[in-house]
Amino acid sequence: MSKKKTKYYNTKSGASELAVGGIVESGTAIDFVTGGWRSERPIWEKEKCIHCLVCWISCPDSSIKIEQNKIKKTVVIGINYNHCKGCGICKSECPKGAITMVNERK
Amino acid sequence: MIKIMYPKGKLVTKTGNEIMAEAMRQIEPDVVAAYPITPATEIMQIFSQFVSDGTVKTEYVAVESEHSAMSATIAASAAGARAMTGTSSQGLCLMWEMLYIASGLRLPVVMAEVNRALSAPINIHSDHSDTMGARDSGWIQIYSENSQEAYDNMIQAIRIAELAKLPTLVTTDGFIISHCMEVVEVYPDDDVKEFIGDYKPDRYLLDIKRPYTLGSITLQDYYFEHRYQLAKAMIDAKCIILDVAKSFKKKFGRKYDFYETYMLDDAEIAIIIMGSTSGTVKVVVDELREKGIKAGLLKIRIYRPFPVDQIAKDLAHLKVIAVMDRADSCSGSFAPLYLDIISSFYVSEILNVKIVNYIYGLGGREISTAHIFDIYKTLDKIALGLEKPFKQVEYVNLRKTNE
Repeated sequence: MSKKKTKYYNTKSGASELAVGGIVESGTAIDFVTGGWRSERPIWEKEKCIHCLVCWISCPDSSIKIEQNKIKKTVVIGINYNHCKGCGICKSECPKGAITMVNERK
Repeated sequence: MIKIMYPKGKLVTKTGNEIMAEAMRQIEPDVVAAYPITPATEIMQIFSQFVSDGTVKTEYVAVESEHSAMSATIAASAAGARAMTGTSSQGLCLMWEMLYIASGLRLPVVMAEVNRALSAPINIHSDHSDTMGARDSGWIQIYSENSQEAYDNMIQAIRIAELAKLPTLVTTDGFIISHCMEVVEVYPDDDVKEFIGDYKPDRYLLDIKRPYTLGSITLQDYYFEHRYQLAKAMIDAKCIILDVAKSFKKKFGRKYDFYETYMLDDAEIAIIIMGSTSGTVKVVVDELREKGIKAGLLKIRIYRPFPVDQIAKDLAHLKVIAVMDRADSCSGSFAPLYLDIISSFYVSEILNVKIVNYIYGLGGREISTAHIFDIYKTLDKIALGLEKPFKQVEYVNLRKTNE
């Protein structure tokens, strides 16, 4: 997922400029960095990963980074620590033990 | 007596609920979600029959509560559908949380509302307590005197809601209108459909090419501006309501405004009232006029937005006015309509008219021509200086002590 700058209103915008009904253009969560909430960090081990994408589909914060490789197969390439809140669902769901949780302080 | 005003119209005999269901059949919204409650049950019962008979293409959602009914209607509207519902009394109360969501998200949901008293004690008969409870929720409120008005108001409500981007409710008085047979002029389906037109929302959630976030959080930095937008929309809706009434008159022949005046131009004493009792007052006004008493009536049709900058100007020539509320605020102050009327007089700087407040008909308590006569008699005495205008709410046909 590419980082895009979403359309924001700023606190100088008056009521007449703001979108009606409080709607906001999509994708604003990209600019809202929630990684600082994390107390445990998931570590992904490339060697153990079979790219089944179970972690990707389970992640509530879309923080598993994926891309298409040369043979057009979708593969995991890492974790987006800007948005990962450290919930550990990926670790629990991974069938190969390719993700471990470590304390953020370490 | 209802007469044909539109050459292609025809007279039918229907109850208030039947005619509201008939209006909904002609409107044929994309989605209707509702839960039954006396005295509004019939509207949805009849409409669901239309759905199962294939008379309409509407998606009907039978939900488990009014909270869910309003939620489903809001969701459908947000998705881009023309969505409607109907309820009454406790049902409207259970929708309360979601009423504010509908208006805050600026969704043009339209609701058929049958006015009924609120518990406790439990009571199924008419008063305006339910919709008065929702008066600050950002919904346009249109009150009807009879079935004809309920039908015409429902048709206009669709256009008003969609142009103003505000949810709108149309009321009838429970049982008095909802369950009584009346002659109503209905217009052909195609003509109603042509009048309301297709719903084309600017933004809708099923528009997958232009995704957006709906219902986002706004805190100290934006919330105030968003709420101001809603308040401003309610003010701007006044022009829209008049424009829609104008095109309705042009199309179907019936004239509508914020309020209707009856024998008011040369009146000295008048009653201001909403809903079905206006008809009772008209009968009394006619009889008083025969006796040479200059009585008049102002019937509120649009209660929200309230025509605050205009209404007092039309009443400035009067000596004494009685504002009759069919709801009590239990506020230690006055009833809702009275407070709005007083505001209008104060901002219009008209301070020489004496205005008193009556509460009547709670829980369907009888309000007869005799009661109205008594009120006009009191107004006349105040006008002549024989009595002083009372400075607290007076209750009509209430037993305060053993008779």
